[in-house]
Amino acid sequence: MSKAPSTLRDLRALTQARIALGAHGAGLPTAASLAFGLDHARAREAVWTPLDPGAIRDALRAQGLESVEVRSTVADRAEYLRRPDKGRALHPESAAALDGAGQGFDVAIVIADGLSATAVALNAVPAAAALAARVRRAGWSLAPVVVATQGRVALGDPIGARLQARAVVVLIGERPGLSASDSLGCYVTFAPEPGLPDSRRNCISNIRQDGLSVEAAAGQGEALLRAMLAQGTSGVGLRREPPALAAPPTS
Amino acid sequence: MAYTTVIEGTRFSFPDLKSLMAKATPARSGDQLAGIAAEGPVERLAAQIALADLPLKAFLAQELIPSEEDEVSDLIARRHDRAAFAPVSSLTVGAFREWLLSPEADGAALAALAPGLTPEMVAAAAKLCRLQDLLAIAAKRPVVTRFRSTIGLPGRLSTRNQPNHPTDSSEGILVSALDGLLMGSGDAVIGVNPATDSLPDYIRIVELLETLRLRLGVPTQHCCLGHVTVAIEAMGRGAPVDLVFQSVAGSQKANAGFGVDLAVLREAAEAGRALGRCPADGQFMYFETGQGSALSADAHWGVDQQTMEARAYAVARDFSPLLVNTVVGFIGPEYLYDGKQIIRAGLEDHFCGKLLGLPMGVDVCYTNHADADGEDMDALLTLLCAAGVNFVITVPGADDVMLNYQSLSHHDAVFARETLGRPPAPEFEAWLREVGVTDARGRLRGAAGELPGAFAAASRLLPGRAA
Repeated sequence: MSKAPSTLRDLRALTQARIALGAHGAGLPTAASLAFGLDHARAREAVWTPLDPGAIRDALRAQGLESVEVRSTVADRAEYLRRPDKGRALHPESAAALDGAGQGFDVAIVIADGLSATAVALNAVPAAAALAARVRRAGWSLAPVVVATQGRVALGDPIGARLQARAVVVLIGERPGLSASDSLGCYVTFAPEPGLPDSRRNCISNIRQDGLSVEAAAGQGEALLRAMLAQGTSGVGLRREPPALAAPPTS
Repeated sequence: MAYTTVIEGTRFSFPDLKSLMAKATPARSGDQLAGIAAEGPVERLAAQIALADLPLKAFLAQELIPSEEDEVSDLIARRHDRAAFAPVSSLTVGAFREWLLSPEADGAALAALAPGLTPEMVAAAAKLCRLQDLLAIAAKRPVVTRFRSTIGLPGRLSTRNQPNHPTDSSEGILVSALDGLLMGSGDAVIGVNPATDSLPDYIRIVELLETLRLRLGVPTQHCCLGHVTVAIEAMGRGAPVDLVFQSVAGSQKANAGFGVDLAVLREAAEAGRALGRCPADGQFMYFETGQGSALSADAHWGVDQQTMEARAYAVARDFSPLLVNTVVGFIGPEYLYDGKQIIRAGLEDHFCGKLLGLPMGVDVCYTNHADADGEDMDALLTLLCAAGVNFVITVPGADDVMLNYQSLSHHDAVFARETLGRPPAPEFEAWLREVGVTDARGRLRGAAGELPGAFAAASRLLPGRAA
């Protein structure tokens, strides 16, 4: 027989929520108050720290991955936060840069800062490398990895269209929460073109050290790509096969 | 019809009523994103000056969104009560603001007027009010609702205890709900936003909350904030559904984005009433809203986001809800950029909801990409208490670990009780005392986290302490 718990502190393992913090009047204990402040500061830093595209490209090169750098039409971080429409549009100079990267690929991978440069710095290159390895094993052609600054998820649409990619995978920093500011999101879209609704995308979220592992995410990403390339669609219309029943590679 | 103001020889012209409303709206990022905001403070004032001279009746003659194409506009037109409107029918928007501030506009007068007001009228008045006006007027208009607890009585503040969990773990939800109850939160509702939207999870969550309520004898209501169609199915299977919830917005198209229309809301309301859980003279519907939702669904018709939000209250009002709250800072900085914009929007929403007769609450909250922090929330909570808000939402340590945003902490409910003198609903206040959470003066007793004896029945729902 287990004993009934006598305090909520004994039950903290049951949730990540900040339960049983203690109180002094209405106030938080000083340590809890400062911990909250630190978590908020980290989350703000994740939003406002600029992504260093050169460092990302160096890390990609170390993994044997070629890359190309692009940006959205957003001028700075403050505008990025106010103008999601501009973060979805490809800068004209970047469109020209993409034309040098070749055209006609099965898969394009885009790494975009999104709302957390922290998440991208920590998790995007390992995630891209794991996915690229699976793409190659599947026999699909892969475009040079596109590293995008001031990008929203839908920036992958004009990039994918420019590269004439059959599917685009956008690895992007998610909106940071208080307890996790390093979550990477992965959005996969078949037949990308500007103006697609979000209902055309499939999403894998919470990719980080204490969440979904990079390898597990890459596996899910490959399964999504396999289903999309076979069915010719993505988003809400995509039928998801249980992994064990997934079709064998076509090549 | 165009509206014109001349300021020191410069002529400002506004081609139609919706552009006049948009340009008269205090600055916010959402209207700028939509491309309908004033170019600057002088143009905004020019619009406000023109709006102040507009007869209130103009809103009955000119619809911002045509009834023929929008069932929310049609609802607003059909429900308008001309007799109730009579006392203010000859006023301009500016004179209406003055009347609202005057002693003549007491609680009884405002209650009688509510069916005569449209969302556009109250939104227009809000645009001419500074924060203090919004507080002073709303504070005169208590709206009281009742299920197992009585919410909205003057001088009180209720709370929604929001025990969300990232994977809807039963134990995680339960331990979080207990944390809130031990801090005295949950007299408006114990309400879970489910991470999933499946019927089995919905039923599991309401059954869990029902067990918690019954074991502890808490005089409150519970709710799983799943989609209303899931609630209808769950009620059909006999699940113990206290409150029927749905997010709503201010146009038919925006509501379609939420997967609802007025017909499905009516079906849900009828199913909820038929359960017979709520007293015959009580209320059981629960709605959430928020500025920017119509724009984000590309369903705003060129109307400013504050007016669109007030139109959502016309939807809510048709169902005599127990609870309505704006989730004011959740949507992000492209709609409300910073703490100043969030604070004003929260007070506008509360003002408009109350004038339209809604039991208005506010989720005092922000995201990490907005330029806001906990101090902005301290300010908004305190201002809302002065305005007589019905309820706010609280979560453990202000951190919602499922929705990834910051709401108020359960501690803030203690602050409202002990510093601002805002006790919870009387039934819940008595229960807190009986079970030993608070002392005779309503102060939190003992170290938080200690489970009073009365909580043993609930704690047995949880796994035992490791040996």
